[in-house]
Amino acid sequence: MALMQAIKMSLKSIIDNKLRSFLTMLGIVIGVMSVIGLVSLGQGATEGVTSQIKSMGSNLIMVSIMGRGMDTSLSYSQAMSIGDSPYISQISPIMSANAYAKYGDQSYEENISGVNENYMALRNLKLREGRFILSIDNDVRQKVAVIGSNVASDLFGFTDPLGKTIKLDGNNFTVVGVLASGGSSISNSYDDSIFIPIKTMFVFQRNRGITQIYLSATEEQYVNIAQYHVENMLNTIFKGDKNAYRILNQSDLLSTVNSVSNTLSMMLGGIAGIALIVGGIGIMNIMLVSVTERTREIGIRKALGAKKKDILLQFMIESLTISGVGGIVGVIFGFIASYLMGHFMNMAVSPSINTIIISFSFSLLIGLFFGMYPANKAAGLKPIDALRYE
Amino acid sequence: MENRKENRNVITIKNLSKIYKMGDNIVKALDNINLTVDEGEFVSIVGPSGSGKSTLMNIIGCLDVMTEGEYYLNGNDTRKLNENKLAELRSSEIGFIFQSFNLLQKLSALENVELPMIYKGIPAKERYNRAVELLTMVGLEKRIHHRPTELSGGQQQRVAIARALANNPHLILADEPTGNLDSQSGKEVMKIIKELNERGNTIILITHDINVANQAKRTVKIMDGKIYE
Repeated sequence: MALMQAIKMSLKSIIDNKLRSFLTMLGIVIGVMSVIGLVSLGQGATEGVTSQIKSMGSNLIMVSIMGRGMDTSLSYSQAMSIGDSPYISQISPIMSANAYAKYGDQSYEENISGVNENYMALRNLKLREGRFILSIDNDVRQKVAVIGSNVASDLFGFTDPLGKTIKLDGNNFTVVGVLASGGSSISNSYDDSIFIPIKTMFVFQRNRGITQIYLSATEEQYVNIAQYHVENMLNTIFKGDKNAYRILNQSDLLSTVNSVSNTLSMMLGGIAGIALIVGGIGIMNIMLVSVTERTREIGIRKALGAKKKDILLQFMIESLTISGVGGIVGVIFGFIASYLMGHFMNMAVSPSINTIIISFSFSLLIGLFFGMYPANKAAGLKPIDALRYE
Repeated sequence: MENRKENRNVITIKNLSKIYKMGDNIVKALDNINLTVDEGEFVSIVGPSGSGKSTLMNIIGCLDVMTEGEYYLNGNDTRKLNENKLAELRSSEIGFIFQSFNLLQKLSALENVELPMIYKGIPAKERYNRAVELLTMVGLEKRIHHRPTELSGGQQQRVAIARALANNPHLILADEPTGNLDSQSGKEVMKIIKELNERGNTIILITHDINVANQAKRTVKIMDGKIYE
């Protein structure tokens, strides 16, 4: 029997049972819609995080110094010597501590970082006003500070902070710059930080322990070579003690974040997949009812010369059509749902072609799988038994 | 209708038995039946209900299988045929006319007549033309797009007759074709069946009504699973 005929017959019977077909389809529609919606949401979140990491500078290498005591810590010149490589364009040692920042009667505990003039470029910082730390500030150990936007509003309110003197743990610093707000970020936001020349920090903290070094490779493809160089240098300095430091580069961070959020997307998709399977059981249920109801019809068809495969095909096409149409409608609703989610959650949520193809083929597969048993049952009926069925 | 050679066996049944087992009881629905039907014959099989005539008709129609014996339909040994081959045989060699018409309620008269041709793989256009021709022959040319529920019993049985003829089968099997009809419609249907026989179709008519059976050229009586001519 021609496939077209089988398709026609199946469509006819679906249309003859409109409400039932619609309800069965609904299960698949909801399943496909939630798979697409949730996976797109996961992917949107991944993209958001990824672009935040990328905004930190794609060539960035971050070194954390864990050294214990004076013996295993780094001096400023030692740290700077690590950057002495053709593959490294910029380097800034960092020393971080918490201190009380005070202006007038406002006092807050803030994060203070001693950095050099390269730090601004390394972290892609933007200035709202004034200037950043300069090389000369370090040379003469100037008591100047560049403050994050939150610090500025905490301490100064609506007053212009530029040129004002703040006290950091009792020492006077002149505010020379205010950073533009960086928004929320997964790395500790610099909006809440105060930056001062690192050499000034040494004096002020009476301690020369560098806690971090940020470096940038000259080109993205040299990140690994640069990192290798940094590792070698640190190994020499720390006499092979691998626990004294930890190196993280942007691509490591990206791949970690990506793998975490991919797992999350898969998990969301899997949960939604359960809805799809439940929809499939709905198909099986209704197809079984349909086979029982149409036993006599099957008998008549067989008496008129329908072969096993004709009946099988008719019922398979019926369940595939229900799941296929359900899948298409689900894709459309999934699109709308992810667009709405993106709109209201302020995220770039758009379903990828892969998600659509996979969820649609999964819905077909479910139609195939759950349609198989009822169709087989119908096709296997003995003509005489089917014909006698009342 | 093509002219067929006379005196060729359409049906040859040798020592056929059908045995049902119901728990410990063994019921012989058909007991050692021998029957031959030639091309162009009009045979009625008559017997009371429970005589085994429906079982015989189902076996002749390849809808059921026998327990013992041999059955040749138009030279084909049915014991050697699998389910698919039997379906093909039903499709091309047998046309069924049932007591309860057995039309598909959701299809129009035309679509019902087309159905056997669909399963035989006849192209759509040829199918349509043939179905219209057959419905015209049974006098329903103005009713081709009606569904069975919109037709009277007599009209439904005429659609069923047209359907039975669709693939131009050697054998027409009619199981109590007038059983659900008023006497007027029943007469009309019997008239068509007799006309078919005059045109060369081999017909086996199964009935409990001796008046209907007597309209056939040859009558076979069946009682308790045994045949008496």
